[in-house]
Amino acid sequence: MSPKAQVYFLGLTLIIIGLGLVAYKYFQLGLPVLPGEHQTVWTIEAKVSYTALGKPVNASLALPKTQSNVEILDEVFSSSGYGFNIESVEGHERAVWTKRKVEGRQALYYKLDIYQKNTGLTIDDERFSTEVGRPNWSGARKAALRSAADVVIKDSWQASAETKSFTAQLIKNLNDVNNSDGVIIKDSLPGKSEVQRALELLAHADIPAHIVRGIYLEDDRSRIQASELIEFFDGERWLMVHPQTGRIGLPGNFLIWQQGDKSLLDIVGGKNSKVSFSVLANDIPAREVALKLADNESSTLADYSIYSLPIEQQSVFKFILLVPVGTLVVIFLRVLIGVRTAGTFMPVLLAVAFIQTTLLTGVIIFLLILMVGLWVRTYLSRLDLLLISRIAAVVVIVVGMMAIISIVSYKMGYDQALTVTFFPMIIIAWTIEHMSILWEDDGPTEVLIQTTGSLVVAIMCYLVMTNRYIEHWTFNFPEMLLVSLGMIIILGHYTGYRLFELLRFRHMETS
Amino acid sequence: MLWVSPKRLRELGVLGMNSRNVEYISRYNPRHFYPVVDNKLNTKKLAQANNIAVPELLGVIEGQWQLRKLESMLASLDKFVVKPTRGSGGKGILVITGREGNGYKKANGSLVSLRDIHRQINNILGGLYSLGGKPDSAMLEALIEYDEVFEHYTCGGVPDVRVIVFKGYPVMAMLRCATKSSDGRANLHQGAIGVGIDIGSGRCLNAVQHDHPIAAHPDTEKEFSALAIPYWQSILELASGCYEMSGLGYIGCDIVLDKTHGPMILELNARPGLAIQLASGVGLLDRLHHIESMEETSTPSVPVRVNYAQQHFSLHQSRTESAPPG
Repeated sequence: MSPKAQVYFLGLTLIIIGLGLVAYKYFQLGLPVLPGEHQTVWTIEAKVSYTALGKPVNASLALPKTQSNVEILDEVFSSSGYGFNIESVEGHERAVWTKRKVEGRQALYYKLDIYQKNTGLTIDDERFSTEVGRPNWSGARKAALRSAADVVIKDSWQASAETKSFTAQLIKNLNDVNNSDGVIIKDSLPGKSEVQRALELLAHADIPAHIVRGIYLEDDRSRIQASELIEFFDGERWLMVHPQTGRIGLPGNFLIWQQGDKSLLDIVGGKNSKVSFSVLANDIPAREVALKLADNESSTLADYSIYSLPIEQQSVFKFILLVPVGTLVVIFLRVLIGVRTAGTFMPVLLAVAFIQTTLLTGVIIFLLILMVGLWVRTYLSRLDLLLISRIAAVVVIVVGMMAIISIVSYKMGYDQALTVTFFPMIIIAWTIEHMSILWEDDGPTEVLIQTTGSLVVAIMCYLVMTNRYIEHWTFNFPEMLLVSLGMIIILGHYTGYRLFELLRFRHMETS
Repeated sequence: MLWVSPKRLRELGVLGMNSRNVEYISRYNPRHFYPVVDNKLNTKKLAQANNIAVPELLGVIEGQWQLRKLESMLASLDKFVVKPTRGSGGKGILVITGREGNGYKKANGSLVSLRDIHRQINNILGGLYSLGGKPDSAMLEALIEYDEVFEHYTCGGVPDVRVIVFKGYPVMAMLRCATKSSDGRANLHQGAIGVGIDIGSGRCLNAVQHDHPIAAHPDTEKEFSALAIPYWQSILELASGCYEMSGLGYIGCDIVLDKTHGPMILELNARPGLAIQLASGVGLLDRLHHIESMEETSTPSVPVRVNYAQQHFSLHQSRTESAPPG
């Protein structure tokens, strides 16, 4: 492979690997690509209450079946003095509390934190049988019910195109108070809920269906009962329908708790049992949600990431990871634009200092130190010192000035200038030396040009490095380092013209 | 016009900085040969060993301890040049053209004391003018007295001819003339004038100052169009010979024309600048590609290469001949 091909191959490979890892973190771990993204985390508390009869108690509560678009972040079971166990019965889980002897009103709690992902919803319904158990409507007393049911089914059939619309229509007719047949059915099945009536009618119409229990995720709900939906089979797949409105589809904020004919709560040794739910919404930074989730799944990429470091080191890395971005800006400005600066990467260090001091303070302090430094340096040059001693002397002067700036500004009540300590003093001393030679050799205009050039590049670096998106990406996706590296390698092989060259060679035409 | 489009620039065959660095310098200049050109003392010694003419070396100061003897060293010298051996861009060079009492006269006529020279050398030794601030040594060199032909084309300093030598072939040349604004130095960045010289004839093509075309020297108002450089053939041969001497495929040879000694190599540059294209009014790329496309089993001798270049890269004799062979 030619060097050129190698450069592009290596550069692109690095960029692709970097972006691939970012994509993995985004799609698999759900790390947000935008800063400040918040996820709503729902805290749901199920309270099981019952009156114990003084006998051994076995209380079992169906646990929410995980929907594909719902992630459980945390689960807590609380029940003092109870034995606790999770049992898996025919593909669904139940929390089982047990106690040998218990009396009086009892309360058991199950709390879980979930959040809804943006991914599409698929529900595992394969296990449900499509067999239909016909309701027992025999006998003369049910004759009215049978004929009313047949009329409703016939009407709905005529007003629909296929099973899906038929079911929706059927449920609508059933609940329509102006529909006399619907009213007859209601009266003929006393003591049955809307859901049960609808299920019986669907069975009568030969449509496989079962009940779905769950809760609507709405903020600040307490002591609500489980809501019910009906799931039916339209010949190809299972669909949800609302038992009152006949609306097809699972509502976006519905959390499926339990499906099918399994009971929500079973109590042996107690009476007056009840399950009630409370729902609370919390807005939590998306990053924390992702990290919590990654923690649960013990993802290697999150385990061996910067998040595993102590907070203090994390904040150090926040800066370190920005430096490559700064160098990329410098390379961009030098290779593509053609800006000349004093010292190759000096502007990056300056930009890092500006991050600490804030821009305006930083620029003022830098110019102040530079000016005083140049002035002192002019005097030092008359003393015929060795170069190293002279630079060392300038370093001392710079340090002294930093101290003076800090103390004076602090006394004046201006705290911001205390951050002066973040300036890279050795680099500044060298810059002063460099500038003073430039002054002697090429005059003050060249010093002005180069100072301005360095400052402009430093400010550009600063603006890029403090961009909240860049900050977010470099810190949360250190894989971006590979992308930076790839771009640097490719830019290192750029042989096209620089922007300033287009300006410089403009007289080629005329000559 | 404020800008040239990149497309037009490519049509003109202009070599850009990035392309120069990636496709020429890093490809044709092996790093281990750099010390020869980055250190003027090494260049001089190597040139002398290869019988290539260079300005006479009067002395070398390598350390502080030698500075005590500076006065006795300079005692017999009237005219001399103090140079950092690893300086670049003409920085740190002190030209003394004569004496007045205790003072030394600089090229621009101002006087400096022995103490000033002392300090200058001290700075050189400290690495003030060398790349990366490395400790350096200073050398004393005989002052060049330029040929009369340049009399009205320079102000102060000695004009030098910069020849770009690619794989041994002189591909482009320019004369660099000092001005008042360049403080007597032949450095284009500081306002010296670059005069493009035709490879074939040694005659002036164009002149630029600060990348702008000009017709006459701003200080003397002498027009450049009449300028023809004497000893042109031997200048090109001198430059071409630097290829074998240095081992570098892409160099800029700086040659001075001394009144009595004729053409001499002043220094070599492994990273020659791009302004020569503006001075010549023609891009380098076509010529570089021409040389690159030549299939050579062995490197021809210096006169053959110079002859070939003069035939193919001349703008004055015939423009049609510069197409690649075959």
